[in-house]
Amino acid sequence: MTSQVPILSAQGLSKRFFGVTVLDDVSLDLYPGSVHGLVGENGAGKSTLMKIMAGVYESDSGQVLLDGRAVRYTHPVQAMRDGVATVFQEFNLLPERSVAQNVFLGREPRRAGFVDNREMGRATAALLAELGIDFIDPASRVGTLCVAEQQIVEITKALSFDARVISMDEPTAALAGNEVELLYGIVRRLQKRNVAILYVSHRLEEVFDLCDTITVLKDGALVSTGPASELDTDELVRRMVGRSISTFYPARVAGTETGDIRLAVAGGGNAYVADVDLELRSGEIVGLAGLQGSGRTELAEALFGAVPLTAGTIAVDGAALSMNSPRRAVRAGIALVTEDRKAQGLALNQSVLDNALLVIRGVFPARTDEVRRKVPGVLSSLEVSSRGTGQEVQYLSGGNQQKLVLAKWLATEPRIVIFDEPTRGIDVGAKIAVYQLMRELALAGVAILMISSELPEVIGMSDRILVMHDGRITAELPAGSSEETVMLAATGHSPVTPTGDVPVEVARG
Amino acid sequence: MTMTTTRAATIQRYGARLGTTGIVYCALVGVLVVGAILVSTAGRNFFSQGNIRDILTGMSVLGFVAIGEALVILCGSLDLSVPYVVSMSSLIAAEVMAGEPGNIGLAVLLALVFGAGVGLANGLIVTKLRVHGLIATLGVGLIIKGYLATQYKGTAGKVPWDFRLIGATGIGPVPISTLIMVATAVLVALFLRNTRTGNHMFAVGGNLAVSRLSGLRTSQPIVVAHVLCSTTAALAGLLLASRLGVGSPTVGSQGGYDLLAIAAVVLGGTLLVGGRGSIWGTLGGVAIFAVMDNVMSVIQLSPFLKDVVRGIVIVAAVAIYTGRAVEQRRARFATRKAGS
Repeated sequence: MTSQVPILSAQGLSKRFFGVTVLDDVSLDLYPGSVHGLVGENGAGKSTLMKIMAGVYESDSGQVLLDGRAVRYTHPVQAMRDGVATVFQEFNLLPERSVAQNVFLGREPRRAGFVDNREMGRATAALLAELGIDFIDPASRVGTLCVAEQQIVEITKALSFDARVISMDEPTAALAGNEVELLYGIVRRLQKRNVAILYVSHRLEEVFDLCDTITVLKDGALVSTGPASELDTDELVRRMVGRSISTFYPARVAGTETGDIRLAVAGGGNAYVADVDLELRSGEIVGLAGLQGSGRTELAEALFGAVPLTAGTIAVDGAALSMNSPRRAVRAGIALVTEDRKAQGLALNQSVLDNALLVIRGVFPARTDEVRRKVPGVLSSLEVSSRGTGQEVQYLSGGNQQKLVLAKWLATEPRIVIFDEPTRGIDVGAKIAVYQLMRELALAGVAILMISSELPEVIGMSDRILVMHDGRITAELPAGSSEETVMLAATGHSPVTPTGDVPVEVARG
Repeated sequence: MTMTTTRAATIQRYGARLGTTGIVYCALVGVLVVGAILVSTAGRNFFSQGNIRDILTGMSVLGFVAIGEALVILCGSLDLSVPYVVSMSSLIAAEVMAGEPGNIGLAVLLALVFGAGVGLANGLIVTKLRVHGLIATLGVGLIIKGYLATQYKGTAGKVPWDFRLIGATGIGPVPISTLIMVATAVLVALFLRNTRTGNHMFAVGGNLAVSRLSGLRTSQPIVVAHVLCSTTAALAGLLLASRLGVGSPTVGSQGGYDLLAIAAVVLGGTLLVGGRGSIWGTLGGVAIFAVMDNVMSVIQLSPFLKDVVRGIVIVAAVAIYTGRAVEQRRARFATRKAGS
C-alpha cells in the first residue's frame, strides 16, 4: 500500500470556531481501494475534518490535495464534481421526491431540453445494481423508505458523481443489526471499485471489521494513524480517551444523603427507547452516558412526557403516573433542562423576567406574583449578569442563558431535574456554577439525571453512571469508573461488570 | 422479523401511495353524490347540460388562478397579489381592445406581459431581497390596488364580440374557457414533470438547504413560479373581461381569488410549506369548490351558511392531511401498545 499514491491527502488542516480550536494540524491520506477508519470521542474533530474535505467548511490553515494537486472547495458541489463525495449523518434527501429524482437532483438527464425521466430511472437502477441492490425501486418516494434504504440512496447519489472518494459519517448510527451487514457489503463493493473510503464511526467493532487503516483524533489533534492490524479495541479506546480527569468538579457537599426513590421506570419503551428500567433517588446525581443517537435525549423526553412512553410504568415518589405531557411532568415536580437552550429552553426575544416566569405562568399561574418577587434573588444567586430583568434574552452570553434556563426551572421547585448536556457551549466559569448548583440541589434532596457527552463530566459528577446504546440502557457503572469502561459500554461492548456492581433489579408492577 | 417489518413497510407504502390526490378525487366524488341528491330534493337535475356548464364555468377562472398559486406554494412561497393582477389585466385587455377586434392580439399580449412583469417583481423581491412571499406579494398587490382605486371609478374599456365568444361558447356543455384552463393545467403539469426547473420547484420548496448543497440555483425556480403565477392570474383576468364585456377594477378582489385559490391548492393536497403537491390535486380542489358553490346556489343556501360550509371543508381537509403527515424523527423500535 505504501507504494500507492493517495487520491486525497489532507495536510496540516486546522480550524477554529469563535476562537476555539476544533481541529489542530491534522493530516490524513486516503488511498484507492482502502477503507480508512476515523475515530474519536464526540467533539474530537472528526466531523469538522470531513466537512473541510467535503467543501462545507474552509480550513484556516493547511491544504487538501487531490491527485497531488491542491484544491480548495468553497461549496460541496465542487468537491462532488471532482469525485469527492460525503454521506452525512443527516441525510441530504428530499422525502417527497423519488429515489431517481434525489440521486440526480440538479443534474437531471435531459433529452431535447426536457428531463428524461425514463433515462433517469434507468441510470439510477444501474447505479443501484452496481451496489448489488435490487429491492429499491428508483420510482419510489424516498420518504417511504426505511433508514437503511435512504442511506443507500445517499451512497447511490455519491456514486452518480463517479465518486473516487466517499466519506461516511456514522453510517450505521441509525441502522439495525441486519441492515449493518447490507452496508458492509456495499462498502466492500466500493472498495473493489477502487474507491477510497473514509469511515467515521463510534462502533469500534465495525471499524475493525471494515477498515485497513485507522486514524484516531482527540480534542482536535491527531493521536495516531496506522494499520488496523496493529491495534486492538482496548488500545484504540485508550488512544481515544486517555486523559486525566481534571479536578474542577466540585466534590459532593457534606451531608448529602441518597434517600428514597423519587422516579421509577419499569419496562419503559416507545419508538425511540426500549426496556428502560430506571430509578432515581433523592440526593443522587445519576450520569447518563452514551454516544450521539444512542437514545439519551429521547429517554429524557419520555421521562418528561414530551414524547411519552407507550410501554411500561412511571412512578413519582411511589405513585404511578401516566406521563403523557410536559405539563403533567412539571406538576409532578420534574424539570427538563433541554439540550438546545435556544430552540427549546428560552423565548429569545422576550425579557429575562418573562423567561424566568415561563413555566410558572404556564403551569402554576396562581404563584406568578409570589415567584416574580423571588426572581431577582434567584438570578443573583446564580450570578446571571444582565442589564436588568427587562433585557431581551438573545443578548445574553451562552452561559448566562443557561443559568436563566436553570432559574426558570428552579422557580418551580422541582424534585427531579433532568439535565441534557447542561454545559454544552458555555464557558468554564458558567460550567462550574452549573456543577455547584447540581451539588446544592442534591443536598436539598433533589434527584438528578445528567445526560452528557463529556466523559470527564459524567465521571466527575455522577454518583452512578448509566450507559445507553442503541435505545437501551446497557450498563450501570459505579462512580469513578474509568473513561475506557464507559466508552466500551457506549460503543456496544458488553460491559465489564466491576465487582459488586450488579445491574439494578426492578420489581415489575 | 425481517419479513414482518418488510410487510408492514409495504402496507404503509401502499397506504401512502393512495396519496393525497387520490383522496381529493374520492372527496370530489363524495361531494358530487351528496350534491346530486341535494339538488334533486330541490326538484332540479344536477346533471343537466345547463348545470354542468355552470359548474365548469365556475371552475375556469378559479382554476387559472389556482394553477399558478400551486406553483408558488410548491416552491414554499405565496402570492396574495393575484386578485389585483386579475383586475388590472381585465382593464388592460378591455381598454386596449376598445371594441376593435383588430386589437385583440395586442391586448392579450399586453395583459400577459403585465402579469409576467408583476410576477418577476414578486419573484425577485422574494429571492433577492429575501422578503417572505406573503409580505412581498401583499406589498406589490397593495401598490396595484392603489393604482386601481385612484385611476378607475368603475368599469372601463369595451371588449369586442369576437373576444366575448371565448367566455360565451362551448362544445356541448363544456365551455371553451374550461378547455383552455385544462390545457394550461396539462402544460403546467408536463412542465413540472419534464423540466429541470419544474423538478427543482419541488426541491427548493421541500428543503432549501438540500437544494443548495446539491448545487441548484435556488432562486430560479422561485422566480419562474412567481412569473407563471401572475401570468395565469392575467389569463383569469382576460377570461373575466371576455365574460363581462368590460374591464373592472374590482372583479378580482370581489372574487376573493387569492385566499380561495390558496384554499383550493391546499384542499388539493399541496403542502402549504411547499415541496409536495400536484396540479391535478389542485384542479380537484377547484372542482370541489365549484360543485359546492353550485349546489349551495341551487338549493338557495344563505350566503352566510355558504361560507360556513366552505370554511369547515377547508379546515377538515387540512386536518385530515396533517394526520397523515410523516414522522419527523425516525423510529428505532416498532411501537406497540403497552402491555404487549
